[in-house]
Amino acid sequence: MKTRILGFVALAAVMVVTAVALFVVPPDGNQGDAQRIMYPHVASAWLAYLSFGVTALAGIGWLWKRDLRLDAVAHAGAEIGVMFTAFAIWGGMMWGRPIWGVFWQWEDPRLTTTALLLALYVGYLLLRRLTDDPERRATRAAIVGIVAAIDIPIVHFSVEWWRGLHQTATIASPDRVLDPAAPMAFVGTLLGTLAAFTLTWLYLMIRRYQLARAEVAREEAVRLDRLMSARTAEVAR
Amino acid sequence: MTDAGFVMSAYAVIIGGLAVYTALLWRRLRAVRGRDDEAR
Repeated sequence: MKTRILGFVALAAVMVVTAVALFVVPPDGNQGDAQRIMYPHVASAWLAYLSFGVTALAGIGWLWKRDLRLDAVAHAGAEIGVMFTAFAIWGGMMWGRPIWGVFWQWEDPRLTTTALLLALYVGYLLLRRLTDDPERRATRAAIVGIVAAIDIPIVHFSVEWWRGLHQTATIASPDRVLDPAAPMAFVGTLLGTLAAFTLTWLYLMIRRYQLARAEVAREEAVRLDRLMSARTAEVAR
Repeated sequence: MTDAGFVMSAYAVIIGGLAVYTALLWRRLRAVRGRDDEAR
């Protein structure tokens, strides 16, 4: 029931911030309306980091505690992270074309490391399909999830370390928390979008975790059933 | 609105994608729970 309420609150919040971002907040003086794409683009990128960070931490937890619930959290984080990474890339492309003149540039370190991040976690999800043994699957996935997370700080700091098309960090960067030069309407809308998307992320994580647990329970039931049938056949012989 | 096509494409895919993913998640959850109920 609480999860359902969270879902409704998240839905309402996303609707409100989308309406504000599209129709209420003024367009940027230099970039015009294309800058409106920044709100869901930055929120999606933040949630991709958060999701993959959760996957890595839950993977460490699995290797330490051997609790399959932690593997379910890691699985949920990876799937949802892949979705938000794809949204961040799509939003970036739609913003990039009118501002940079191109949808994509492989020479840009932020774009390329983000594409690599997406590929790494798609690989993580594919790897999970290779075995039915829940413990072996959890261990393999945990190792890949932890190693792939090394790319998260590389993606984030790539705009500071190397030169490219992409602008430097919008909010968090080593030398500032919030750009004091940004108009408050933009900052408020961005923070509102981050909050609404994070609520939605939390709702999806809970539901995806429930699905992962239900799938593992089902696999276990099927395995037990097969074992029982084999035993019965053995006794009958 | 300037660059309306790009702005709307970005929002349509992100907000629409969230809606589609949520709906598919519900369906997958219902399917797994339904199979469990049948098994019982």
